[in-house]
Parts: sequence; structure tokens; C-alpha cells
Amino acid sequence: MDSADGRTGRRRRRRRVRARSDPSHPTPIPADGPLHAHLVLSSRFENIEIAERALIDLCEDAGFSGDDSYWIVTALREATANAIRHGNKQDPEKTVIIDFRVHSGEVRIRVEDQGEGFDLDTVPDPTDPGYLLRPSGRGIFYMRQFMTRVEFSRAPGGGTVVEMTRRLGAETRSSINEE
Amino acid sequence: MKSEIRDVDDVRIIELSGKITIGSGDVKLRELVDGSLEEGQNNILIDLAGVTAIDSSGIGEMVACYTTVTKRGGQLKLLRLSPKINDILHVTQLITVFDVLDNVQEGLAAFK
Repeated sequence: MDSADGRTGRRRRRRRVRARSDPSHPTPIPADGPLHAHLVLSSRFENIEIAERALIDLCEDAGFSGDDSYWIVTALREATANAIRHGNKQDPEKTVIIDFRVHSGEVRIRVEDQGEGFDLDTVPDPTDPGYLLRPSGRGIFYMRQFMTRVEFSRAPGGGTVVEMTRRLGAETRSSINEE
Repeated sequence: MKSEIRDVDDVRIIELSGKITIGSGDVKLRELVDGSLEEGQNNILIDLAGVTAIDSSGIGEMVACYTTVTKRGGQLKLLRLSPKINDILHVTQLITVFDVLDNVQEGLAAFK
């Protein structure tokens, strides 16, 4: 995954400059992989675009296929949108902390908010006929469809942490990658 | 997200391009459909050929628009899905809800 390519190296250095350490971040993903980024964003929907651009850049550096990148970015957007809307209630004073890490043919994404957490068991299946026409409640479903593994936990401060992994070329719960 | 509107007979065709995502595209979609209903255009064909991404908020807004139009006695149909938007409609099983047409001619005929 590492590369002596000068362009990639410059990109990597730029990302390190952009990245910001956050001493309050309780369990950061260690930056021991060759491709790693850390973002601290205020809770505004327009900042999802910043996270998306950073992840696309990282996926390009890692040589991911267009399809892999597309679905990884789709899952990232959902996790970040949930953190902003449901976790931080769009309070711009609260932050969303995002880590990306590419290592051994997989990408790991960690998104943490400063909200009050939620009970995963109360989230209905949006494909249940009784819920099919609901206008919301598909974000977690999106993540689970497009990533290999999705896990939720509580941050020490009470917020929600979602950690997602996608192995390159692996089948996800959807049939998209089989095509 | 960008949009273009044109009316053919009694059908409003709304051509969308770009992203239908939270905080911008989803709101615009709602405004376009509400505006059509206010103008008495209850038959709406949404052309998604230029749409590159639709997140869960965009899909949710599409469902909400479908419900609103149906309650008004109109019809909302989708036109020209890109492969990825088609994938998303399949995994969410909303492909069973929406009438999806492959070209404008078919789309217009579907309202008759």
C-alpha cells in the first residue's frame, strides 16, 4: 500500500498537514498504516462534503476501484449525517470526529459524535412493509448494506461511535458487488 | 443538485442532476414537487439520468414526495435510473413502490 511515488507522497504530506490532533478523542485509530486521516468537523451538513473529498482522495491513493470508493463514501455520508443530525442535533458547537484508515486491503472508518447516544434496538427495518414508505430511518441500513462490518458503541462522553470496515472485493449484505 | 422543468401535455418532467443529499438536494426536491402541485401539475415524472448520488435523506424525500402526490390524486414516476441509483432502489426495496420507466416516451405513456 505504501508507495515511493512522489505524487502520492505529496498527497500524504498534505493530508497530515490538514489532519488535526484532538486530545479529547478517547480511542483514536492508531496512525500506523500508510494511509490515515483524522478530521474534526463542526456539525454542519455542508461539512459532509469535506469528509467525502478527503475519503475519495484516500481511496484514490489506495488504488480502490470506483465501485468500492462509491459505496464506502456512501456509507461515510450516512454515518456523518447521522452524527450531525441525530447525535449533535446540528449544534455547530459540537464536533464530529472522523478517522479513516486503509490497511491490508480494507478501509476502516470511525465516526464519533457528542450526542446522547441511542438504542439500536429501537431502529426498525426500513424494508419491513410497514415501514417502507417512511421518509426517514434508512441511514443505518445504508451503512450495513455497503460495508462489510458496522458496529456501534458509546463514547466515554456519552456520544455514539460507529466503526465500519469494508474489505476490498468482499461481498457486502447487498448484491451490488457481485455484479 | 441542478434541475430543469418542462411540461409535456399534462405531465411535469423534472430533470435532476448532481447529488440528492441531506441539507440541499433533498430540500430542493421537496420544493420542486410542492411547486408542481401548487401549479396544478399532479402528474410528475422525475428524470434521474444525471443524478450521481442519492443518500438516505434523498431517498426519504423521494418517498415523502411520492406519498404527497398520491394523496393529491396524482402520480409520481421515475425515469432513467443510473445503475447505482437502481442498485439503491433495489436494496431499499423501494423498486417495488416506484414505477420506473426507461425513456421519456415510455414515461409519458405511463400516465395515460
